Amino acid sequence: MAFYDKLFSALGLSEWCGTPDDKAPLSLADLAAQAGGEEASGPLIPIPSFDNLHESCNRIWQSRDVTNGIEEGFLAAKPVLKTVLDPITQPLSWILDGALWLFEATPWFIMVPLLVAISWYASRSRPVTIFVAVSIMLLAVVDHYDVAMQTLSIIFVCTTISVLFGVPIGIAMSKSDRLQKSVVPLLDLLQTLPTFVYLIPLIFLFSVTESKLYGIAIILYAIVPVIRLTDLGIRLVDRDVIEAANAFGMTDRQKLLRVQLPLALPNIMAGINQTIMMSLAMVVIASLVSAPGLGVNVLRGIRNLELGVGIVAGIGIVLLAVILDRVSKAALTRVDKTQVKH
Amino acid sequence: MTQPMVSLSGLYKIFGTRDKDVLQHVKGGMGKEELLARHGHVLGLNNINVDMQAGEITVVMGLSGSGKSTLIRHLNRLIEPTAGEIIVQGEDVMQLSEDGLRHARQEKMSMVFQKFALLPHKTVLKNAGMPLSVRGEDEATCDREAAKWLDRVGLSGFENHYPAQLSGGMQQRVGIARALTANTPIMLMDEAFSALDPLIRTDMQDLLLELQKELHKTIIFITHDLDEALKLADHLVILKDGFVVQQGEPQHILLNPNDPYIEDFVSDINRARVLRVRSIMTPLDGGQVPEDAHGEVDVNDTLESMIARSGGDTSHAYVVKDGEKTVGSLDMTELVRALVPRVASEAGARQS
Ligand SMILES: Nc1ncnc2c1ncn2[C@@H]1O[C@H](COP(=O)(O)OP(=O)(O)O)[C@@H](O)[C@H]1O
Ligand SMILES: [Mg+2]
Repeated sequence: MAFYDKLFSALGLSEWCGTPDDKAPLSLADLAAQAGGEEASGPLIPIPSFDNLHESCNRIWQSRDVTNGIEEGFLAAKPVLKTVLDPITQPLSWILDGALWLFEATPWFIMVPLLVAISWYASRSRPVTIFVAVSIMLLAVVDHYDVAMQTLSIIFVCTTISVLFGVPIGIAMSKSDRLQKSVVPLLDLLQTLPTFVYLIPLIFLFSVTESKLYGIAIILYAIVPVIRLTDLGIRLVDRDVIEAANAFGMTDRQKLLRVQLPLALPNIMAGINQTIMMSLAMVVIASLVSAPGLGVNVLRGIRNLELGVGIVAGIGIVLLAVILDRVSKAALTRVDKTQVKH
Repeated sequence: MTQPMVSLSGLYKIFGTRDKDVLQHVKGGMGKEELLARHGHVLGLNNINVDMQAGEITVVMGLSGSGKSTLIRHLNRLIEPTAGEIIVQGEDVMQLSEDGLRHARQEKMSMVFQKFALLPHKTVLKNAGMPLSVRGEDEATCDREAAKWLDRVGLSGFENHYPAQLSGGMQQRVGIARALTANTPIMLMDEAFSALDPLIRTDMQDLLLELQKELHKTIIFITHDLDEALKLADHLVILKDGFVVQQGEPQHILLNPNDPYIEDFVSDINRARVLRVRSIMTPLDGGQVPEDAHGEVDVNDTLESMIARSGGDTSHAYVVKDGEKTVGSLDMTELVRALVPRVASEAGARQS
């Protein structure tokens, strides 16, 4: 005898509700019970949930109907979404695979000096450059060079694409308050959504073997800071300087290229730094959906309880993180220095 | 009279979304405070009619918040007026297209800012050359012109410094060089020297006057400092709450203030240093020069120098010369009387 029976008869709805049928899907509680939990003896008054109401009235939905509905809706939309999104995102797979091939195919004795040279060029800092060289050699010594390069290639591609899209979006937002108002909630959503949740709809849309699956997940997650800080940086540019630019008759384009972007550069660089760090965080999680790299070893550590493998890979990730952070921060301070504030 | 370089007529500016609607109240005589209280709009400018002559320095003076910056930004339409006419070199600025306006800002008017507003990421040379590079001149021309004007304002040798490496006074010299590089007939200077130390400020005023002597630009200079205004102005416009209280020849305003607001302003300054013989002499008008004159003085001598010359003796009288021509006579008693502001002398008269 279900608790809410009386309620429905009191409302004279027994007729409408009909008799219970057994073909209904399992309730969420039954699902949990099936999974091995014991039958929970509910409180005196059960919470008026779909499932509890359904027990008294057959017409009421079950919660499983909701999840099924979402699933079916998604599946129904899938063909359309897929025909649109698949071709658009296909280049991402090519780029990711291409970069992966390039990073792996380049022999280490070219790659390592190249990375060290890039670090020097970006940071112009001797300690940072030496740190980079030592870290890479450390990774190489424990035979993690290849996986580290895979991770690096993914970060490289995803960061580049994030910047390529994020900076123009940020610029557009800084120009229009309306656009800013509508985009900011979306960015908040992207940043607060647990990282695993990104993967769920993506897995439905694309096959797990395609690289663009993890590429999109990483980019969606990592593009947020570069958009935010580009917008902020441009909005923070000294209004007097903008006024001077106007007073001397600069066009919008001149203003953007000669004044706004250069003066916003420290903020944009800070955004890029965060974008790099966030792609690194996501690339590890993305190894769940076949992203190669250090994350795969971490995953193996967890799955097979291979403690050592997991920890070494973890340390490798930390090293990569520190390298990327130091180099981009050093580049940032270098930019900052030429713009000493008055 | 020749056509003025810049002519503002019936200019109103009201800050707020319904500015056109509340304009009628202002035209009906509503003041700044009432407009803010009753309609929530800020009255920026109230029926401004000012002509600025070519080759002159027009100084706009007023307390902070009186609308000076608002006024000067109307000339190049950095601020859009609510109503009124802005004519620059015979051309209606309000009728200009976007391109036309940009062209006018590039070629007709350059601006110097209170907070310098230099590009912090560019060198002094590039900053000074900016107006030309905006117009699309090649780099060599920009650098050459910039270097020329930097030298002219006393900054040669600093071309490759960044603005932040310079003192305030030097940064403003860059600001002036930038405006000069633009090579525009009109220069707008919004409190250009207000952020500087007093001594530096005097230097900069002298620099400006010296440049003006050879360049004959039409300069619109904003200040809240009466001494500065009197030193620089050919034509003085005094603003209060967005309207013009008095305008005219500075010496004339000093001797004949028409409003208590201006009397307050002028009562504090060193009149002997500012007033000149021409403003207080008795014109000749066919009459005779005094027989017992103690000598000849120039029309542009300051009263201070006259006091020094007479040794403070009020019985002296002098013949006033403008170049070779005798134009009037000066009695030292007249001079002493002119030293006392009108308010003070009236107050004194009332007491006795
Ligand atoms: N954008 C604006 N919105 C509203 N009020 C403004 C704006 N700009 C200036 N004002 C007001 O207009 C008046 C004149 O300002 P301003 O021209 O800057 O004065 P000044 O330069 O003489 O100190 C002030 O009361 C100021 O608060
Ligand atoms: Mg001002």
